[in-house]
Amino acid sequence: MQNVISLKTICLLFFFVTAFSFAKEEGHHEEGKDLKTEIKEYIDHHLLDSHDFSLFSYTNDAGEHKYVGFPLPVILFDNGLKVFSSSKLHHGESVAEVGGEYYKLYHGKIYKTDAEGTISYDEHHHATNVKPLDFSITKNVFTVFLVGLLMFFVFGRMAKTYKNGQMTKGIGRFLEPIIIYVRDEIAIPNIGKKHYKRYMSYLLTIFFFIWIINLLGLTPLGVNVTNNIAVTFALALITYLITTFSGNKNYWKHIFWMPGVPVPMKIILAPIELLGTFIKPFSLLIRLYANITAGHIVLMSIIGLMFIFKNWVGSTLSFGLAFVLSLLELLVAALQAYIFTMLSALYFGSAVEEHHDH
Amino acid sequence: MEKLISEFSVGLFFWQLLLFVGLVFLLKKFAWKPILDAVEKRETGIKDALFAADNARKEMENLKADNERILNEARAEREAMLKDARDMKTKMINDAKDEAQAQATKIIEQAQAAIESEKKAAMEELKNQVAGLSIEIAEKVVRKELSSNDNQLQLVESMLGEATLN
Repeated sequence: MQNVISLKTICLLFFFVTAFSFAKEEGHHEEGKDLKTEIKEYIDHHLLDSHDFSLFSYTNDAGEHKYVGFPLPVILFDNGLKVFSSSKLHHGESVAEVGGEYYKLYHGKIYKTDAEGTISYDEHHHATNVKPLDFSITKNVFTVFLVGLLMFFVFGRMAKTYKNGQMTKGIGRFLEPIIIYVRDEIAIPNIGKKHYKRYMSYLLTIFFFIWIINLLGLTPLGVNVTNNIAVTFALALITYLITTFSGNKNYWKHIFWMPGVPVPMKIILAPIELLGTFIKPFSLLIRLYANITAGHIVLMSIIGLMFIFKNWVGSTLSFGLAFVLSLLELLVAALQAYIFTMLSALYFGSAVEEHHDH
Repeated sequence: MEKLISEFSVGLFFWQLLLFVGLVFLLKKFAWKPILDAVEKRETGIKDALFAADNARKEMENLKADNERILNEARAEREAMLKDARDMKTKMINDAKDEAQAQATKIIEQAQAAIESEKKAAMEELKNQVAGLSIEIAEKVVRKELSSNDNQLQLVESMLGEATLN
């Protein structure tokens, strides 16, 4: 029954993804701009983080840009803490004045400007204004917080259902096999029965976090968290730190003084192995970031093609392609969560591996 | 690469790290630990129950095998006892027969010996009596016969004739 419901939900979701995408593209049309450039800009904008949570925007009859959504708090460290609502920035259309300083939003970043909001550029058309230290609750931070809250609520409730009896109820019936899968197929084979328990919390959290947030990126809410390198970097950094701090004598010996090879080889291998400890988590962050970014770019480009073709054959084909690709992205969302968890477990496993004779 | 670094948002990184680490610890306390403990408890319970059932089954089988064995043993014992008894019976009968035979033979032999000796003694007595009688008769006959010479001669002659015949 659960499966049938979730399948229906997914189908409905995709209907909305494609339907809303239509609305988005149409609403954003501007005079004097090439359609292709506009689509490209829209995709670029979509991939970026933003300081407000806007679901979509449109231009009304009076030629005004209207945004549907809500503002988020901006937190800046610039001569002391400055907190204000992102509604003051007006999506980069005007200058915000806070405590005698002037800030302007330009391409998703906050720059310090003068009272007129002048932005100077270098030869590559990059802004050269000072960027204050920005700790704003952006759309992505907000989403991460929301996902955290959701996970806490769902899994916390699931944990409570166990207290009444030995079996879980409701959504736990669906989640429990996944939790057991993470334990039996990811954690135990890679880390070993002796040590896996210490890492279960991290592995389960990261698996469900990446999965849910990837799925959320496929919804029409237009949130994309895992295609932001700062997010994947943070996740990979935690994996790296856990690996490094749980490394035993055997692990470090294999890095600095590889057993079973001649001495000159040991000396050559040591820096390579040491570099390898950084490359491994680095590959994690690049993989997740690149997969999700690529998926979004391709999906949105194909949706954009519908508006470029503007005929029944081409647009229908694009629609079909976008639909199939959405299904593929759904798989990628789970797959990337699995790979990240799997490889993290593999690295933990190598860090705690007991010595054995070669 | 340059674009990636320039787009790197320290704020987002900071919040992500903070929120995620917080989430890990919160979930560990309120979700993962109770869930995993409950699952493990259930799994151990199931394993124990299966193990106990298996043990009971094995015990049952053992018991059955024991019963079978005891029954077989008893049957064999009965068989052996019966055979022993039968053997003993045959042996006793045979023994008794042999004994009786021996006894009978002995008695017969003794009887025969006694008969023989009795017979001998009787013969002896008979002989003695016959000899005495003969002498008596002979005496009387001789006395009468020897009243004349002729008679004496005649007698001797007849007796001699008889003796040769004998």
